[in-house]
Amino acid sequence: MIRTEELLLNVGPQHPSTHGVFRIIVKLDGEVITEATPVMGYLHRGTEKLAENLTYTQIIPYTDRMDYVAAMTNNYVICNAVETLMGLEIPERAQYLRLIVMELQRIASHMLWWGTYLLDIGAMSPFLFAFRDREMIINMFNELCGARLTYNYMRIGGVKWDAPDGWIDKVRDYVKYMKEKLNQYHDLVTGNEIFLARIKGIGAYDGKTAIEYGLSGANLRGSGVQWDLRKNQPYCIYDRFEFDVPVGKNGDCFDRYNVRMEEIRQSLRILEQAVEQVPEGETMGKVPRVLRVPEGEAYSRIESPRGEIGCYIVSRGKDKPFRLKFRRPSFVNLQILPKLLVGENMTNLITILGGIDIVVGEVDC
Amino acid sequence: MSDENKESAKPPMTDEERAAKIKAAEEARAARAAAKQAEAAAAGGDGEEAPPKQPSPNQPKLDRIVQLITEHVNADAVEESFINERDRDLPYVIIKAEHWVTSAQLLRDEPSLHFNYLRNLSGVDQETHIEVVYHLLSLDHVHEVCVKVKTERDAASVPSVTPVWPTANWNEREVFDLLGVDFPGHPDLRRIMMPDDWVGYPLRKDYEPLDPEV
Repeated sequence: MIRTEELLLNVGPQHPSTHGVFRIIVKLDGEVITEATPVMGYLHRGTEKLAENLTYTQIIPYTDRMDYVAAMTNNYVICNAVETLMGLEIPERAQYLRLIVMELQRIASHMLWWGTYLLDIGAMSPFLFAFRDREMIINMFNELCGARLTYNYMRIGGVKWDAPDGWIDKVRDYVKYMKEKLNQYHDLVTGNEIFLARIKGIGAYDGKTAIEYGLSGANLRGSGVQWDLRKNQPYCIYDRFEFDVPVGKNGDCFDRYNVRMEEIRQSLRILEQAVEQVPEGETMGKVPRVLRVPEGEAYSRIESPRGEIGCYIVSRGKDKPFRLKFRRPSFVNLQILPKLLVGENMTNLITILGGIDIVVGEVDC
Repeated sequence: MSDENKESAKPPMTDEERAAKIKAAEEARAARAAAKQAEAAAAGGDGEEAPPKQPSPNQPKLDRIVQLITEHVNADAVEESFINERDRDLPYVIIKAEHWVTSAQLLRDEPSLHFNYLRNLSGVDQETHIEVVYHLLSLDHVHEVCVKVKTERDAASVPSVTPVWPTANWNEREVFDLLGVDFPGHPDLRRIMMPDDWVGYPLRKDYEPLDPEV
């Protein structure tokens, strides 16, 4: 008689598909997963503890290192929390610059996801296309703030540097260029039969489960829940722009893929409107030299490429936070992984993990 | 380029110079305060209190939440409730730990509240006590509330809400790991960020590493 034996398999912490240091222990029955236990903390740097001994401006570069492929949105969330608590006014030009870099960041982040996700499931060339086009955004950011990944661009009260001459025009050209390229991406991948066989119907869950697990971003919208903080609880100046919130239907990896691809198009739409409206003027508001945040607390939340990133500040009236807590979308979204993996084939582990789109720097914080 | 750089380039000040500088700054500050007071007096404010503030638009919501909890859970389940004006008028409710799970169920299931989304769970060491803070959101009604549950620092314990909102699972593990709060009722309470054999709870204010070299 043929019998199978349970096999314990260790994936990671150094595995190419985790894009960082993340370990998962799977129990296998043949090729089918019966249990999965994620193990985290390899990249835990204690950002929240470190922040208690840093002034607010000094914390901003630490947030770059949480979600290092979408540092601009991380910069924004801490600045926004402090500004809310202090009741600061942000100059118009700074608002527009912030919005433009955040939307460019969303495109860059989704493109990185697109390239590496397809690389994970076995397609080499999309990665090269994605990196070619993402590089242009990185170069624009480099011109703006002198860094390619860890920007440290925003400050409490505005942005550090004004856009150099002609920078806005570069963004305008890029939007035109990228719109066309996005169609090429779809031609190249989205209809591919092998690709569809790998991701359609895999890792599906419904909207109710998504809400229960506190998922956000494409993971929530892929299951048909119409929820985008830019639309539902607007921050910055998002209420001035027209854009749609794409949602999926089946909540599988393919729907999440489609939501992210459509989000690139919507971000381009926002950028198209924004570059036409950027006013001249100051880029920093009236901010005291030493930032003493009044006693109190505030929770600021924004839509990062991965979902709802939040920053909860408890201040005791000092120039350093008493307690700072980051709500990291990757960490919360990852919770559903063990549930999704049970009963799946081992090869689908990579498809599902990639579909959630985590950044380990953010999971471990 | 910046002012700091210029200052650091100068030779160090002597004590007398520093004292003179401090004195000058103090005088300037006093002068400014006096000017401000004079201005306020000219504007007609003769030291009287400002007119009473308008109640927050979220006040009825907060009252409704408090009323529902006192009616359906327990008359003294709510310790305190207020509106946080600094944070976009967010309603805050402080609930006693022993009534927290039933209150949580009520907050989630009551159709007019329907807080179905636990958006953030944090722990704060307030030195006198520990607080676990829940930011709740209703995706249908688009309203929010912040719930706090207080617990003592020694033997800190708050009942788990993982059965109510599954997303609390890892978040509670994180609070347990970094602040040492026990969550009775949690299905799998283990450390999540720190190694399993770690001693102490790093986010506590009186935390001292066992091995300073680490």
